[in-house]
Amino acid sequence: MRALVRRDLRLAWRAGGGALIGVLFFLTVVVLMPFAVGPDLALLKRLGPAILWLGALLSSLLTLDRLFTADHDDGSLDLIVMSRQSLELSCLAKALAHWLASGVPLIVATPALGLLLNLDFEATAAVALTLLLGTPALTLTGMIGAALAVTLRRGGLLLAVLVLPLSIPVLIFGVAACNAVVTEGVAFGAPLSILAALSLVGVVVGPVAAAAALRQGLD
Amino acid sequence: MRLSGIDLACVRGGREVFSGLGFEVGGGEALAITGRNGAGKSSLLRIIAGLLRPAAGAVRLDGAKEELSLAEQAHYLGHRDALKPALTVKENLSFWRDMLGGEGEDLAESLKACGIGHAAGLPAGYLSAGQRRRLSMARLLVSKRPLWLLDEPTSALDADGQLLVARLMGEHLARGGLIMAATHGPLGIVTRTLQLGASP
Repeated sequence: MRALVRRDLRLAWRAGGGALIGVLFFLTVVVLMPFAVGPDLALLKRLGPAILWLGALLSSLLTLDRLFTADHDDGSLDLIVMSRQSLELSCLAKALAHWLASGVPLIVATPALGLLLNLDFEATAAVALTLLLGTPALTLTGMIGAALAVTLRRGGLLLAVLVLPLSIPVLIFGVAACNAVVTEGVAFGAPLSILAALSLVGVVVGPVAAAAALRQGLD
Repeated sequence: MRLSGIDLACVRGGREVFSGLGFEVGGGEALAITGRNGAGKSSLLRIIAGLLRPAAGAVRLDGAKEELSLAEQAHYLGHRDALKPALTVKENLSFWRDMLGGEGEDLAESLKACGIGHAAGLPAGYLSAGQRRRLSMARLLVSKRPLWLLDEPTSALDADGQLLVARLMGEHLARGGLIMAATHGPLGIVTRTLQLGASP
């Protein structure tokens, strides 16, 4: 399992890997937003967490597309299936590598982008914290979609259609937790624990579902 | 150790490729699978490797480690070489050794044995088709598995490389291993032949 994580991380950071593309896309979406919304600082501040979350969701979709297709196209997936490690563990390893390579950089980039959206320190910290708890859920649900779409040409579009509805709860509770910090008198803990719960459910269900989808799609 | 296929049938895209196919291979034996294009040579190898479900029949490996499945005791060398162009030759090989279970030969030794020891530090993207094939062969050496499923192992290889494949297969058989190879030409070792799609 460690070998697979190490390989995927290496691939993500070498030339042609997807890690930086995800962050750059995130950056672009968030930087464009103030131009679209206009210079209303109060409005930006209110929309800020939602914009950051949407950016993170879209950029994670962008990189999830290649999670299994790259291995399927060059035949690696066949050998991973034939290895002595269970396919579920291999899926978990790939999810972990994907999260480390493309989820964590988003969280690291959040404080800088919070400045652009007129978020104060507390709100930025809240967004970063919710992203930390929520992005694993995005990766793990996305992995199921990626496993289902692996054998299809142009599966990226199908991936988006499959995964976005499943990501809605993560988005709702992520933004709700952030807004609780910005507006007074709303509970912060409840949406945050639900977000963490979603990620934990993802850890259990995601690898099993993805492995089943991969076995089904083998051909 | 004995690998046997019993009454195997394969259906691809609604069309029957072969049916009622049986074969047996014992330890130290090689079976060459021949037949015209589309006769199902690759499909048969993928069925044995557990990568494709047979429409009927079963494949059994007797006399091997009980706790491991057939796929976990087989090496599959397909058309796609499972190499990452961004990783070096050595990184590619060491990943597969860790992944496939590495009680095999030393990395550097295997690379040298396959004639690409000089390219160990090179990204695999710079390798030629023949060199990639040699690197794939090295994978069979670093992790020891009794059954080799080879899909046209000599394709893209020069005369020297074909001799190399023959030598490696010979050594594997001498250790009591089993080989099934889909091929169009001679493999350079003594084999029995399984002809697919003989009747038109």
